[in-house]
Amino acid sequence: MIDKTLAIHCRGLIKDYGSVRAVDGLDLQVHVGECFGLLGPNGAGKTTTVEILEGLLSATSGDVELLGRTWQSDADWLRQRLGISLQETNLSDKLTVEETLRLFRSFYATGPDVQGLLELVSLTDKRQTWYSKLSGGQKQRLAIACALVGDPEVLFLDEPTSGLDPQSRRQLWGLIERFKSEGRTVLLTTHYMDEAQRLCDRVAVIDKGKVIALGTPRELIQSLGGTDVVEFTCDGLVEETRMSALPGVHAVRRRSDGLSLTVEQLHKTLPLLLNHLQQTGRTLSGLSTHHATLEDVFVNLTGRQLRD
Amino acid sequence: MTQLKRTTERQHPLWQLTLMRWRIFAREPAAVFWTYGFPLALALALGIAFRNRPPEAVEVAIQASPGAEAWRDALTKSPAMHVRWLDAREAHEALRVGKVSLVIGVGQPRTYEFDPTRPESRIARALVDDALQRAEGRTDATPVKDQLVTEPGSRYIDFLIPGLLGFNLMSSGLWGVGFVLVEMRVRKLIKRMTATPMSRAHFLLSFVLVRGLFLLGELPLLLAFAYWVFDVPIRGSLLLIVALSTLGSLVFAGLGLLVGSRAQTTHTVAGLVNLVTLPMAICSGVFFSAARFPEVFQPLIRALPLTALIEAVRAVMLDGVGPAAVARQITIMLVWGAVSFGVALRVFRWQ
Repeated sequence: MIDKTLAIHCRGLIKDYGSVRAVDGLDLQVHVGECFGLLGPNGAGKTTTVEILEGLLSATSGDVELLGRTWQSDADWLRQRLGISLQETNLSDKLTVEETLRLFRSFYATGPDVQGLLELVSLTDKRQTWYSKLSGGQKQRLAIACALVGDPEVLFLDEPTSGLDPQSRRQLWGLIERFKSEGRTVLLTTHYMDEAQRLCDRVAVIDKGKVIALGTPRELIQSLGGTDVVEFTCDGLVEETRMSALPGVHAVRRRSDGLSLTVEQLHKTLPLLLNHLQQTGRTLSGLSTHHATLEDVFVNLTGRQLRD
Repeated sequence: MTQLKRTTERQHPLWQLTLMRWRIFAREPAAVFWTYGFPLALALALGIAFRNRPPEAVEVAIQASPGAEAWRDALTKSPAMHVRWLDAREAHEALRVGKVSLVIGVGQPRTYEFDPTRPESRIARALVDDALQRAEGRTDATPVKDQLVTEPGSRYIDFLIPGLLGFNLMSSGLWGVGFVLVEMRVRKLIKRMTATPMSRAHFLLSFVLVRGLFLLGELPLLLAFAYWVFDVPIRGSLLLIVALSTLGSLVFAGLGLLVGSRAQTTHTVAGLVNLVTLPMAICSGVFFSAARFPEVFQPLIRALPLTALIEAVRAVMLDGVGPAAVARQITIMLVWGAVSFGVALRVFRWQ
């Protein structure tokens, strides 16, 4: 399924803003046909990285190749083959949906016709509506349509579902999956773990301008050593060493109001934990468990929550 | 996408960009008013305020007394004077409150009672005395002929219309290009558009073309209004006026491009636009002649693009001159246009 040629390849990417290093020696390889996620908290350098790849920002140093070409030598060729949705897209308030699409369509040599695009993003009945009158989800779908208008080989989506309601998010995910299913390449940034887990073949976790983990969502979760996370709060102090000594516990982390354990087999470890607490005379005031997610991967790697 | 019909059919991007600019403009009632309504309103207001009135009659009073009837008859013949026949007390009162400018008293010699600090009283003194002396047989030593200049072409409104035209082209060019560009930059629309294969030249050109389109509305509207409402004459070639206005419009589009080329906030660009337009609005002869400024400033003032545009349009409209007579103004505008476009394209901030 995945073509081994590279859609996106960057090496040693560095971007400085004055004395602040936003991107710090980043390497990425995205294969043709792959949906690749850049995951990280706000300010991690995701948008800067993407905008360098998109040819909108110049890097302080490092090399970028898209579809085997560079911005320096083949900018026009590349522009015809990339679809881009910026983090904040404000299109013209007083243009209608259809007018906006026709405008963007006119920039590309080939692409789908506007009718078809309107249907694809379910905006046919909004075609005569001004951009300013659209809902957040509709605006975002129009932004995606503007990214698809040139029939791109590589699609860049910077936080495509940020601030959308769950229904709009699912609608957009459907669109992206459809695009992906045609063997095209998608690079998306997000700070929603569920989004990355659902859409991405591979994910790079980015923090402070560096890739701190790279792999499929499954690989990254497995790197935690356990598949479930148990979080509990109780009265009195529970020693972390005692917890990690429990069979099946892979990692222990202290949270502000209790402990968090990464465990391999929840059904075996949980009774042992409860037993231990009872024997040592502790009373639970809170207990929850969930399947490990990319969120836990990030917390495990940085000690911080993604949405800090 | 495979399900979708792919096509190479598309409209020309320059056409689409121009259409976009036009639509955004036409859907902004305030922008339409400032471009089309405001100059007309200003022309109407100033035309009415400075309209040429028939000369007002001078109010004079004659102290009612026998022997003064002959004076009254002599003065009432003149349309320039309005004579009241009052008794002495009433006459003094009328002079005191300003109802009349002069009181003629009987006696030998005849007296003119007036306040010399009031200009209309001094005029009344001269008119009354002249009329009475003539009636009493005085003749002029030298014959003279009055030539009145109230015909169309030399009134304030005639002077004003070319000024307003230039002023309007300047403000709509700078606001319509400079401000709108920065607004688009702030909204990251320029960034979004440069992320497509759109030609940057097409993008900037669309602003200039739309300025040209606006002109096709502004120019006939203002000229027709001036012609029908105020009888402002168009003595020179209409084609030349259109050509000069087009050139002016392009020059100000270029200046708009320049002020909008770097600014990152709408506050900055609003300040810049005012910085550029205000001095020209005052110095370039929109509302009063630029010649009123001291001689040392004249070379500077005459090198301003708005001065050149207004001088040229005024000369063609009111004096009926041909292209050769406005060659200097055309050159000045061409230089401004070329320099501002050149610099703007070089320094333009696309991201």
